[in-house]
Amino acid sequence: MNEFVEWQSLANVVIFGILVGAGLPALFALGVRIIAGPGARDEAGRVSTGRLIAGWTCFGVTIIAILGAVAYIAAGGH
Amino acid sequence: MTEPLLLVLVVATALAFDFTNGFHDTGNAMATSIATRALKPKQAVLLSASLNLVGAFLSLTVAATIATGIIDANIVTLEVVLAGLVGGIVWNLITWLFGIPSSSSHALIGGVVGAALAAAGSQGVLWTGLTAKVLIPALVAPIVAILVGTIGTWLVARFTRDVEQEQNDKMFRWGQIGSASLVSLAHGTNDAQKSMGIILLALIAAGAVPQDSGVPFWVILSCALAMAIGTYTGGWRVIRTLGKGLVELESRQGMAAETSSAAVILLSSHFGYSLSTTHVATGSILGSGVGMKGASVRWSVAGRMFLAWMITVPAAALVGAACLWLDLLIGGTAGSYVVFGLLLVVSGGIFAWSRRKPVNHSNVNDDWDPAAESESFVAESVASHTPQAMTVKKKRLRKAKKALRKREQAEAAELAAYEAELAQSADADTSSASDVDPDSVGAPVVSKRKDEE
Repeated sequence: MNEFVEWQSLANVVIFGILVGAGLPALFALGVRIIAGPGARDEAGRVSTGRLIAGWTCFGVTIIAILGAVAYIAAGGH
Repeated sequence: MTEPLLLVLVVATALAFDFTNGFHDTGNAMATSIATRALKPKQAVLLSASLNLVGAFLSLTVAATIATGIIDANIVTLEVVLAGLVGGIVWNLITWLFGIPSSSSHALIGGVVGAALAAAGSQGVLWTGLTAKVLIPALVAPIVAILVGTIGTWLVARFTRDVEQEQNDKMFRWGQIGSASLVSLAHGTNDAQKSMGIILLALIAAGAVPQDSGVPFWVILSCALAMAIGTYTGGWRVIRTLGKGLVELESRQGMAAETSSAAVILLSSHFGYSLSTTHVATGSILGSGVGMKGASVRWSVAGRMFLAWMITVPAAALVGAACLWLDLLIGGTAGSYVVFGLLLVVSGGIFAWSRRKPVNHSNVNDDWDPAAESESFVAESVASHTPQAMTVKKKRLRKAKKALRKREQAEAAELAAYEAELAQSADADTSSASDVDPDSVGAPVVSKRKDEE
């Protein structure tokens, strides 16, 4: 079967696909939870600075990943 | 030197293929954003079209080859290319008519393979390459994407289960638009280059440009435009199937699905195991239904789709082969003109047929018609009420039916026995009418009373 399926590449796609393709949404969801989840707002209805920083770090990583992907496409690496 | 008109014909057909490619694949990137109303339908196709246009200019590493390693490069002539393109276009249009997302590149490869078969027989096709690069990836792509999409959606749903729905929608909307844009961009880069490659190949074959020429600017521009216009026209039928037909989507699922698509598409080409954008996007959307608690996946729709993917290559090949035969039968450039004319007629026919029940930006998000699918009707009613209460396990239903049948049989048997007894006692009455025995008359009555208790 090795002639027909490149197991090595396929395994890479699956492993990194799960890491990136499932990890990034999860990270984004974590950011949403930190900023808008239960207990995020104090009595005054404000979100604490710590939470904002943590949440935006999550979003930041996602945004950087997207920009990185654009750069990757532009560099012709596909 | 080939006749200039033939060259023009091939270039026009390649651009037409590029158009159907854009128009067929809009849904891969934008269906989820349209279905979850993160973007209005018109906005979504405009965004996707612009990104496809930009993507086409982004990277210009065009190889002047098509179907490398799949067909014998020595038999590629303008006629073969033309027949292959016609096969690809016709299959794209047919699947569009039925709203089935199918891979445009597979359709093109199928068309070219068919033409190669017709031109050179079975040694014109490299069967191992065809199996390893096209047929098996078509099976693998949805599985990988379903896996990634499921895990992503499950994680997202888990992290945000106690976040207010309104907040979720508001934030994930942005994530969704970002990831969908990435898919559009990748598509523009990858797929516009295929058409550029074909046109370059035709130009070289016709001697219009030197052998080692780069891609002329007008080719890049026209390919980018053809694909962008195709995308903007919007294959609403395909968008509808992807966005509404498979899974009822919400923003969280849409975001997870698009990110999974973008990641798998980019990673697969990075690792040199190219998977079709369409197959990956569809798989991710299915995965987003599997990973979400309480979401129903219309597997009947998905099954029809998988079937279409399996026959994409043979069907396009059939059209490609038929076109080449016709071309050679008539002979010379006249054959190519006839093939081109036939393409126009068929396309016109399919378009006219589609007008009978148009799908466009105004009705693309209408509810999926459950009456058309008995299976999904149950899924729909289950999904919109309380799933736990309404789930009927087939096994339990069978058991209940069996018990009911048994009870009925028992009752029928009892009734029959009672009637028989009654008849017997009546017989006994008539036969021994003279000597009256009070016991024999009384007995059935007693037994009946026992039954009632």
